[in-house]
Amino acid sequence: MRDRVANPVTTTPTTTIAPTAPVTTGHGRGPRTWVGTATVNVVTAAIGLMFLLPMLWVVFAAFNAQAGLKVEWPGSNVSLENFRAVLTPETTYRPMYNGLVLCVGASAIAIVAATLAAYPLSRFETRYKRPFLLSILFSTGLPITAIMVPVYGLFVQLNLIDTIGGTVLFMATTSLPIAIFLVKNFMDGVPISLEEAAWTDGASSMQTLRYVVLPLMWPGMSVVLIFTFIGLWGNFFIPFVLLLSPDRLPASVSIFTFFGQYGTVAWGQLAAYSVLYTLPVILLYVLLSRRLGGAFTFGGAIKG
Amino acid sequence: MATMTRPTPSGGVELHKRTHPVRRDVVRALPLTPAVVLLLIFLVGPILWCCYAAFTNTALTGAGSGDTRFVGLDNFRQAFGSDAFWNSVVLTLVFTLLSAVIGQNVLGLALALLQKRATAVVRTIVGTAVIGAWVIPEVVAGYVWYAYLAQDGTMNEIISRLGLSQNWLYTLPILAVSVANIWRGTAFSMLVYNAALSEIPQEIEEAAEMDGATGFSKLVHVTIPMLRRTLTTNLMLITLQTLSAFGLIWTMTRGGPGTKSQTLPLYMYEQAFSFSQLGYGTALALVLLAVGAVFSVFYMRLLREDA
Repeated sequence: MRDRVANPVTTTPTTTIAPTAPVTTGHGRGPRTWVGTATVNVVTAAIGLMFLLPMLWVVFAAFNAQAGLKVEWPGSNVSLENFRAVLTPETTYRPMYNGLVLCVGASAIAIVAATLAAYPLSRFETRYKRPFLLSILFSTGLPITAIMVPVYGLFVQLNLIDTIGGTVLFMATTSLPIAIFLVKNFMDGVPISLEEAAWTDGASSMQTLRYVVLPLMWPGMSVVLIFTFIGLWGNFFIPFVLLLSPDRLPASVSIFTFFGQYGTVAWGQLAAYSVLYTLPVILLYVLLSRRLGGAFTFGGAIKG
Repeated sequence: MATMTRPTPSGGVELHKRTHPVRRDVVRALPLTPAVVLLLIFLVGPILWCCYAAFTNTALTGAGSGDTRFVGLDNFRQAFGSDAFWNSVVLTLVFTLLSAVIGQNVLGLALALLQKRATAVVRTIVGTAVIGAWVIPEVVAGYVWYAYLAQDGTMNEIISRLGLSQNWLYTLPILAVSVANIWRGTAFSMLVYNAALSEIPQEIEEAAEMDGATGFSKLVHVTIPMLRRTLTTNLMLITLQTLSAFGLIWTMTRGGPGTKSQTLPLYMYEQAFSFSQLGYGTALALVLLAVGAVFSVFYMRLLREDA
């Protein structure tokens, strides 16, 4: 037990292979297992197909110079014309860069603040804890559209309107409640017995958080990071209200103005832009899902 | 978490030594400071303003734009006496129950369970498709489904032989946006359940199998009870998010045709920003908060029974 507490970081990489091997299949219990696995695969694939079908339109239409609303194999119309049309500094590069600055900044602030806040909420009991958690929960459902009016007023008062810094802080705050709640719940899953051992060795609570708790809750933290970043990346209403200069607007807003021109929608270009706009979050997910593969290190730490 | 390398300057080194209880509580609560400060300035402040504005006739234009007066419960009386309001409340409840409580939650859990048993290839491809639907920004997702369900869209192409072709966004708008929201939101539940399932100790499942529990009975008697806290929490989070969903419905139908898919947030937006009735709009925001509170209290009860 002691050993595992002392070096949870170093044990992590060695055990990451575990989840890639399906646990429940391959027991070799004869035909029943085989039929079961096949059924599971077919059902799963069918659900996956239903998710894939609507999305195909974006991919196909992006490469189709004469795209309409139907999923169509581009065929002889296949071209990069749509991408060429939208890949300009004004339409794509600058909004994308602005979006990255806003979302990386806001996600970083939100996750650091949420982790710090989640630790005492997860580890210590006080009579203020429950009311605080309840208020946090209520605020996750807060319709941001409703509070945008007073927020705009506040930003004018504080001279924060049209500043990246102010917008980052507000975006971080909107994702804070849910981030606190998720981190706190994942942290509850880390048994306190591991920390008590570290405490006896004289570690401070911030040290145990850093060296014992966080390494054990990587899967949870990855889920929180993905969730925060994606939520912010797709949010158009906040930057739309708080940022004014066209050269500070992120991709989420420029796509909204793109869509806003009713009647004259160039579906192909729209699809091409959507593909580009979606790429960063897909990259983030692919990178982090490798880390998510380490989920089972956690089980190892408890067993010891 | 490279950003977590430094402990906070006043970190609780003294924590578990013998200190005065009040001082100990204060020291322990210190890490909460950044979060609390941000929430107070940017969330609590604006909400308090909402609570005040809901009882005034604040407006951007027309009557009330010049002199803001306190009008008591007039905004709420106006709401409770209006058909458009009740229409939006019913639609909001239908949308939330269909797409979050039933759709996203059940499908997300089913996918998490299926993925545990599926072969690696299927698991990866399906996981990518489901998560792909979720990472697509809201506005894009709205247009994906607009294209899919339109009169000359893919859906009608698939079912053309059945003679059921129709513009789904006109004939069944609330169902259309609910399906789109299930499509978009299921990945969240799936990810949460994936993480929770991986935390169920292997020996418990093995023990259940030793005792002869298989398939469905293992799910009902072992897995789901182990997941109960996660289930309730997930339900609460997706319910609250779905209650205030705006962008998806807005891009797909704008609340139409007429008001057939105008949920509470869209009604509120229309009143506050299109018609400039901020007072009435913030009153509606408070009603929305109250609906959320009712759901939350219900789930909290479930959680307490658990403990």
